[in-house]
Amino acid sequence: MKYAEYLRQDALPTLWCPGCLNGVVLASFIRAMRKSKIDRERTVVVSGIGCSGRMSQYLDLFTVHTTHGRALAFATGIKLANPSLNVIVFMGDGDALAIGGNHFIHACRRNIDLTAIVINNRLYGMTGGQAAPTTPEGEITRTSPYGNVERPFDLVKLAISAGATYVARFTAYHVRWLEKSIADAIMHKGFSVIEVVTGCPTHQKKKPADILEFLKSNFKRSDASFEEIRPSDIGVFKKEIRPEFCEKVWGLIL
Amino acid sequence: MKKKELLQGNEAAVRGALNAGCNFFAGYPITPSSEIVHGMARLLPKFGGVFVQMEDEIASISAAIGASMVGAIAMTATSGPGFSLMQESIGYAAMTESPLVIINVMRAGPSTGIPTAPSQGDVMQARYGSHGDYPIIVLAPASVGDMYRLTIDAFKLAFEYSSPVVVLSDEVVGHMRESVSLPPLGEKVECKGKVKNLFERKHRTGLAHLENGLPTTDLGEYRRLIERLFSKFDDLKPGVKFEGQKDAEVVLISYGSSYRLSKSAAKLLLRNGISTGVLKLETLFPFPEGEVRKFSKSAELVIVPEMNRGQLVKEVERVCCCRVKGVSYYGSLILPEELAKIVEVLL
Repeated sequence: MKYAEYLRQDALPTLWCPGCLNGVVLASFIRAMRKSKIDRERTVVVSGIGCSGRMSQYLDLFTVHTTHGRALAFATGIKLANPSLNVIVFMGDGDALAIGGNHFIHACRRNIDLTAIVINNRLYGMTGGQAAPTTPEGEITRTSPYGNVERPFDLVKLAISAGATYVARFTAYHVRWLEKSIADAIMHKGFSVIEVVTGCPTHQKKKPADILEFLKSNFKRSDASFEEIRPSDIGVFKKEIRPEFCEKVWGLIL
Repeated sequence: MKKKELLQGNEAAVRGALNAGCNFFAGYPITPSSEIVHGMARLLPKFGGVFVQMEDEIASISAAIGASMVGAIAMTATSGPGFSLMQESIGYAAMTESPLVIINVMRAGPSTGIPTAPSQGDVMQARYGSHGDYPIIVLAPASVGDMYRLTIDAFKLAFEYSSPVVVLSDEVVGHMRESVSLPPLGEKVECKGKVKNLFERKHRTGLAHLENGLPTTDLGEYRRLIERLFSKFDDLKPGVKFEGQKDAEVVLISYGSSYRLSKSAAKLLLRNGISTGVLKLETLFPFPEGEVRKFSKSAELVIVPEMNRGQLVKEVERVCCCRVKGVSYYGSLILPEELAKIVEVLL
C-alpha cells in the first residue's frame, strides 16, 4: 500500500504531536479512498479548524481548510454547486458539535450527500486541552479543573435523531472496520457521519499505547437499536435511503 | 427593448444578479433585505441556478464561498445583524481570494435596532468588520437603477479582483419603488472574468499561505501575501460622479439615499446664491481619496450628510484640506430643506 501518492510531500511532516492518532485516521482514509475506487480528480476534502482541520493540507486532493465550525456549511455550498463531486468533511468534536453544532444538525436534517468524519478526542487539542461537548462528566481539563459538570453529547444518537442516513462509530484502534466504514460512507448517497474516537496523548497526558489499549478494551462492536446505543458501542448504527438534498434542489431547475 | 417599470431596489438587485449570471444564492431572510432572498428563491431555478436557504447567515456566506470555490457565480444578501455574523467569513473570502457578492441592506442599529428604519450605520463595518488587515471593495447604490447597475459591477469586480465585494445599500434604496428602464430579466451581461476555482489552486486556507496554497508561518511570506492582497486594488477606478458648479464653495459628499437628499439640498442652496457641488460616491472602499481631494480642492466647506453618527466623514476629513462637517441624522431621512438650512448656518 502506497500512501505517498495521496500525500503532499511538500506539506510534510505533519504538525501533529508525536503519538497523535490523527495520523491513523488519515491513513485509514487513504486506504478507504482506494477501496471505494472513487474518482480522485473529483474528490474535495473540506476541514474545519483545530488539529483535525489540518487533515486537508496533507492530502494531495482538492482541499479546503475553512473557518472554525463551518466546514459543513462550506461543503454544502461546494456539493450543491457541483453535485458530481465527492465531498468529504473532516471535523473535530469541538468543531462539529460546539461551534458547528447548528450546521451539523441541519446537514443531517437535509440529508445532503456529504461524508462527515468527526475525530473525537473528547477535548480541545489545539487550544490547549479544554473541555468539549464530548468530554465525559467528571473529567478534569484546563476549563474543568474540578471535573466536568456538563453532560456530553452522544454523536451517534444526535446524528440519527437529526436525520443523517448513515451513522457509524469506530475508534482509532479498530482501523479495519473504520476504513471499511469510511469507504461505505463515501459510496452512500446521503449524509454520512462517522465518529472516530481517538485521544490526545499531549493533553490527556497518556501514552499513545495506553490510549489504544483503552480504546481496545472499552469499545465493543454492537448492533444495538437506537434506544440501547451506549457511548462505548461501535459499529454502523444507521443505514437507510432517503431522498438526497442536492437531487431535490437540482430537480427544481429546468 | 427597455421599457418603463415600477421596481423596488431589492427587486432590481435580484435582476442585476441574474443578468450578471449569478447561479448560486445562499441566504437567510432578514428585514429589510428579504425581498432579495424571495426573488432569488423564485427566479434562480428558472435560470438554472441553485437557491438554498441556510440555517443562519454564517452558514449562508460559508456555502456561497464554497460554491464560489468550485466555479459558481455566488451571492448572499442580508441586513445589519446578519452582516455582523458574516464578518469572519468575509475576511476568509478576502484571504482565500474567493469572488463573491454580499448585499447588505442596512437598517437602524446597533443590535436589533429598528428593523424597518433606515440607516447607514454599517459603513465602517463593511470596511473593517473582520479581524486583521485585509482590503475590500464596497459599493453604495443610491437608487433602484443603481441597485441593478452596481450589483452587476459588484460581480465584475469580484471576478476581476478575485475578492468579496459588498454592495452597501440601505433600507430606503432597498424598499423604495421607482420608475426605471432596465434591461429585461435574462439579458445577460458578461462578467465572469478569469474564475480561479478550486481546481486551479489545489488548497485553500484562511491561514497565511504560500502561492501554492500551503500554510506558512514565515513572516516574510506573510507580509508578502498581505501586501499583495492590498496592492491588487491599486488600479481600481472608483465610481464617483460630480454635479454642480465647478470650484463650488460648498461640496456635499454623499452616498446611498443621502445622495438624493444632497442633490435636492444643493438645488435649494444654488437658488439662494451659494455655489454648490455634489460628489456622489459609488465606491466607498477602496476610499476614492484622489477624487475626493480633487473635487473639494477649492471648496470652503465640505459637508458629509450621513444616516449615522458620522462614519465616512472621518475618511473625508483625512483627505480634505478645507473645513469638513458631518451632518448626522438616523432612523429616518432628513428633509432637503433642513439639510440646506444646516449648510447655510455652517457656512
